Amino acid sequence: MEWETVIGLEVHAQLATKSKIFSGAATAYGAEPNTQACAIDLALPGVLPVLNREVVIMAVKFGLSVGAEVAERSVFARKNYFYPDLPKGYQISQFELPIVKGGSLDILLEDGSIKRVGITRAHLEEDAGKSLHEDFNGMTGLDFNRAGTPLLEIVSEPDLRSAKEAVSYLKTLHTLVRYLEICDGNMQEGSFRCDANVSVRPKGQAALGTRAEIKNVNSFRFVEKAIEYEVQRQIALIERGEKVKQETRLYDSDKNETRPMRSKEEANDYRYFPDPDLLPLCVTSEWVEKIRQTMPELPTQKRVRFEHQYELSAYDASLLAGHKALADYFEAVLKLTPAPAKLVVNWVMGDLAAALNKVNLDISKSPLSPEKMAGLLNRIHDNTLSGKLAKEVFEVLWEGNADTDTIIKERGLEQMTDSSEIEKIIQQIIDKNPTQLAEYQAGKDRLFAFFVGQVMKESRGKANPEQVNALLKEKLKGEMNV
Amino acid sequence: MSSISNETVEKIARLSALAIAPEELSMYATQLSNILTLVEQMNTLDTTGIEPMAHPQATNQRLRNDCVTEPDERKELQSLSAFTEAGLYLVNQVIE
Repeated sequence: MEWETVIGLEVHAQLATKSKIFSGAATAYGAEPNTQACAIDLALPGVLPVLNREVVIMAVKFGLSVGAEVAERSVFARKNYFYPDLPKGYQISQFELPIVKGGSLDILLEDGSIKRVGITRAHLEEDAGKSLHEDFNGMTGLDFNRAGTPLLEIVSEPDLRSAKEAVSYLKTLHTLVRYLEICDGNMQEGSFRCDANVSVRPKGQAALGTRAEIKNVNSFRFVEKAIEYEVQRQIALIERGEKVKQETRLYDSDKNETRPMRSKEEANDYRYFPDPDLLPLCVTSEWVEKIRQTMPELPTQKRVRFEHQYELSAYDASLLAGHKALADYFEAVLKLTPAPAKLVVNWVMGDLAAALNKVNLDISKSPLSPEKMAGLLNRIHDNTLSGKLAKEVFEVLWEGNADTDTIIKERGLEQMTDSSEIEKIIQQIIDKNPTQLAEYQAGKDRLFAFFVGQVMKESRGKANPEQVNALLKEKLKGEMNV
Repeated sequence: MSSISNETVEKIARLSALAIAPEELSMYATQLSNILTLVEQMNTLDTTGIEPMAHPQATNQRLRNDCVTEPDERKELQSLSAFTEAGLYLVNQVIE
């Protein structure tokens, strides 16, 4: 039987605010335990939550970016469960009336086509603290620094049909939230986490199969592997005549398998009800319009603009547009040089990206400014530097403070374009290698490369290779006729 | 009529990590039972067609600016806790 996979994703994006969603405690990552957990986060008696305005603005920005409806009125609810990392005994979340409803995200599939994935909703909620189960004399340690950190939970429709599509959706969403500057997207630090709802059904069947939820997978690669494993597990179960159980499963990346969470942890009746400590949140259409004015250009818009404005390939355009700082750098360089866009792309995504990668730096922290990069590209563009010499200059630029023109002057690196000078070298090489010349004349065409190599060597790489080719061909032909 | 037994009170107390003296058990059992009875009474009301109210006050949530206003008061706050270590609050082991 042919099976179809159905996947819906829930992403928790940690909103990049300075303070918590309901308190004025800091949200910085990596602080000493409990130094950023105030009386409100710890749920001391008598405290009241007050909503952070920035959190609302960020949720609205997300809603606008996916063409969703921003609810004029949304309500915070209490989701009740007992666990020591949740001091109040409930998590403040949104349930029946979320702030963002509907919308969609276009993702790029492997075959180059675009698929529209529906977004069900996005709602605001607070994160819980962290339990440390190392042994503290038989007790559990609790760090509440993360408690009350704002989260936007983004729920997709069950529109995804393979693990690869799920990863593409996640990457697109990851790029989007960083563009909007509402989430730093750091998956290792847990700023962008994903739960996957996975089910299978016979191809052509309309009704959905029973789904399992895979919790908290923290890298794109693991999402793909976890879903692939889960799909195979479910198909095998059904083909053996057994049933898929609706349950929550954890992915174990060491063993590459999913396994059920203990039933105690998932026996949930959350008893949602509106939080009496918080009034309904009102977002007027005037406010939404004001926020709309501050929206940056979005990745898809940028990709399309790059393809048209700079005549970049879809591949180059989507790579650049996928990383805002990279796209900004590219455009900054392009403004400063007459070099063609393709040359700029090649250097920015080639040598520069490789050099940055080596020292693990983001392009936004590049030691090589767009001005310096443009200076180098100017000299490649006007043929002062050959590709090979340009790489040499790049190394020097990367190491220090000098600019391209100074480096060229100090090292005498200008490309030799004076044809009489190149001809002189060619003549010397021909005179020095009578044996090779004779063999070449006897029909050993392969020796042409030998002559090119010798000329380039003699010029210390400064001769323009195209010019050397043309002049040498002519010269050797002349020698034949002598 | 719902009624909560002394055994249930003991169980809830244990789950909530509360110490309740044996002589107090009946008092709590009565009080908790009364709450359930009240809820049952309210449940007999016909609420068909009534829009749920999110809040008794007909006004909207006020917002605060995104500023860090809470200083680090770990020392004072942890003085309220029975067990702390390495800056962490300690509770009974929650995983088997």
